[in-house]
Amino acid sequence: MDKYILKYFNLIRTIIAILIGVFICILIIFIISKDPQNGLRYFFLGPFSSAGRIGNVIEMASPIILCGLAISIPFQAEQFNVGAEGALFIAAAVTTGFGVSTSFPKIIHIPLMVLVAGGVGAIWGFIPGILKAKWKANELVITLMMNYVALYLSLYIINFHFRDKKAGFLVSYQLPKTAWFDQFIKNTRIHYGVLLTIVFIILVYILLYKTKLGYEIRMTGMNINFAKYGGINTFKVIVLSQVIGGFIAGIAGISEVMGIHRRFNWQGTPGYGWDGVVVAIIGRNHPILLAFASIFIAYLRVSGQVLNLMTDVPSEIVTIFESIIILLITAEAFLTQWKYKITLREAEKREVKIEPAS
Amino acid sequence: MGVILSVKNIVKVYPNGVVANKGVSLDVEEGTIHAIVGENGAGKTTLMKIVFGIEEAQEGQIFFKGKRIKIKNPYDAIKNGIGMVHQHFMLAQDLTVYENLLLGIEPKRGIFLNTKEAIEITKKVSNDYGLSVPFDKKIKDLPIGLRQRVEILKALIRNAELLILDEPTSVLTPQETEVLFNTLKTLKKSGKTIIFISHKLKEVLEIADKVTIMRDGKIVVTKDAKELNEHEIAYLMVGREISFERIPPNDKQGEVIFEAQNISFINEDNVKVLKGVSFKLKSYEILGLCGIEGNGQTELVEILTGLRRPLTGKILLKDKEITNLLPREIREKRVSHIPEDRMKDGVADRATVEENIIVDRYYKKSFSGRLLLKEKEIENHSNELIRKFNILTISSKNPVSSLSGGNIQKVVVARELSSNPLIIIADQPTRGIDVGSEELVHNLLKDARDNGAGIFLVSADLDEILKLSTRILVIYNGEIVKEFINHEGLTGRDLGPYMLGLKKEKDNG
Repeated sequence: MDKYILKYFNLIRTIIAILIGVFICILIIFIISKDPQNGLRYFFLGPFSSAGRIGNVIEMASPIILCGLAISIPFQAEQFNVGAEGALFIAAAVTTGFGVSTSFPKIIHIPLMVLVAGGVGAIWGFIPGILKAKWKANELVITLMMNYVALYLSLYIINFHFRDKKAGFLVSYQLPKTAWFDQFIKNTRIHYGVLLTIVFIILVYILLYKTKLGYEIRMTGMNINFAKYGGINTFKVIVLSQVIGGFIAGIAGISEVMGIHRRFNWQGTPGYGWDGVVVAIIGRNHPILLAFASIFIAYLRVSGQVLNLMTDVPSEIVTIFESIIILLITAEAFLTQWKYKITLREAEKREVKIEPAS
Repeated sequence: MGVILSVKNIVKVYPNGVVANKGVSLDVEEGTIHAIVGENGAGKTTLMKIVFGIEEAQEGQIFFKGKRIKIKNPYDAIKNGIGMVHQHFMLAQDLTVYENLLLGIEPKRGIFLNTKEAIEITKKVSNDYGLSVPFDKKIKDLPIGLRQRVEILKALIRNAELLILDEPTSVLTPQETEVLFNTLKTLKKSGKTIIFISHKLKEVLEIADKVTIMRDGKIVVTKDAKELNEHEIAYLMVGREISFERIPPNDKQGEVIFEAQNISFINEDNVKVLKGVSFKLKSYEILGLCGIEGNGQTELVEILTGLRRPLTGKILLKDKEITNLLPREIREKRVSHIPEDRMKDGVADRATVEENIIVDRYYKKSFSGRLLLKEKEIENHSNELIRKFNILTISSKNPVSSLSGGNIQKVVVARELSSNPLIIIADQPTRGIDVGSEELVHNLLKDARDNGAGIFLVSADLDEILKLSTRILVIYNGEIVKEFINHEGLTGRDLGPYMLGLKKEKDNG
């Protein structure tokens, strides 16, 4: 038993964190709601109440997953950055501009859109990457600042060059139909961008764990001195990890534009880049784990929307829940005492086995 | 004389599951020098850390002067009269000697430090024990031997009656060691008790009254030093016979395959740490470089392996210049490198054994295609090396951090020696590993030499240098000050004066 606890300690720890979060939320709902039973029901089961809502979870998880993947690659190289948000935004704006001003058949237009978005994101990732590799500029500060640059630059591009004045809102022209990700499941908004996301989960997994570059990225992240000593070109690795991350983040934004809104309708950054940081941390930078974490976060968001619509419980409860979980998961000392005790017991058992006499 | 310190049934398990002490009981008599010997990882340092309150034991009791005491932190230990001199000194580099001595117990005038009184207090203690130190110099300007003396004084000023010294001679030259031993004898005369941790057997027999031998977290035996000899201790420590024999040189006359010409280097603090170092390395030989740590060895090795760029100078490999090439380019020319600090450079400890083994070869045809790694080949290759180098690990997919120090070093050595090297730059190849692994590494280096490799051996351990080297260079303050041809009669005492900078080649004429 103890052995399994040690082996799956991180998983168990995550589950315990979630259970504590659930417990606290139940408590809060009981305190603030006049009809706590109903509140609880919608909180936990709301997202499953219709095909549309299940679809909402999946469609919302998609950009979060892509941002998580985008962040996990530089994170694995120990480049702690928050650039996904900016890359996503600027790529979406530029690519929307590209989309509304070009016309191709669908089969060409869609891949072109995706590649342009990825390219813009990659350039956006290249800047902090090269600054870090060449001059040791702190990538966290640079990406944080570049998020603002991306925000205002994008708004300028959309509002001054591609604004649809007939729309009555600050939005871009609608993309031509040839640049749409179509829905393919009835009664939901699940679009082909979701499939693209699944492809990227697999691709990133292969990149990180099966390729030479992935090996270089992980070794650089685990011990950069070791990587240099072994002959790995860490300069290249640092820059490339940011470029690939930027590429994926760029696609995260345009996928949502092409699949849901069909035009650029953001006036502030949507926050998926930040969610990406969170899921990358919860999923310990593992593409598959972080996909699950993203679905979980999306589930919570949808349940927040349902709560708002159907009960007297404010949707902010979801934010509380999220915060508790993130706090407990990122607090490294959480449950280490417990782990230590089990380690002790295991060690004692081992020693006794060796010398039954003493 | 009575027992001053008595520990009973100490059990200590570290958070990673390593059991360092398995029910250790020990009595130390007042006014004696009591040596604790054992291999790295035998648990001697852990035991002393428990006595000094740096680590807490899970079980067991400590009695000091007949009273049971609880020691939760070093402050408790000091209050009770226990002092410790650590292997790595705990001194503030930028403060002066007297400031260090009185840190935390400064005499004050108002809110200011009473400098005059401070110097007086330190002078008095230093005179009482006959330990002179330059009071107003900064620690960073002192040689290692004096820094250690400051550490000892620091404990004495705080009224330590029991002084624990953790491997005190590992950083000293033979001459400095002698001075230290005289100090310890003086302290013993004035009634202090000293616990002396070491794995150098000669010294132990020279200085100690009692010797406790530890192995694998347990005490093997405690005996009077007079009843023991070197071989007996070694046998009890390791559990089997080991050889101290010098390895004879290879008879083959090799040609020069590696050459450093006039290498100099200025570090980040604008100190010239290498001043025109030149040497030639032949095949079929082991060229030893000895010197006190911090005399430029680290920088030299990093320059030779491409991790740093020299200010001036050239490095030639078989008459082709390799100066300023990238680490990978140098490795491609069959130069391998066992780094000084395995945890800093030699491994990524969270990565698996496999991932650590392939760092210099993952991109080669046998281990990867254009994009993908060949997992099966990597696994087979790793398992082959694990068998060949006798690395103790559950599987090749376990993280290196789950291995013992000796086995981690074997991972490094396995990688570096299995790449068919022409030149091996081995920096502290056996630091901090058990005697068994040490012997294995020594034999592997010898085999590589006999197969025609040239080995540049950098070590702070004089015994290792003398055991393996064909020729020996002594480095002091960034310069090669002397070259010896190794022979049966050469000892550490011959090297010492050069290591300390007291003698230079030209002085001899």
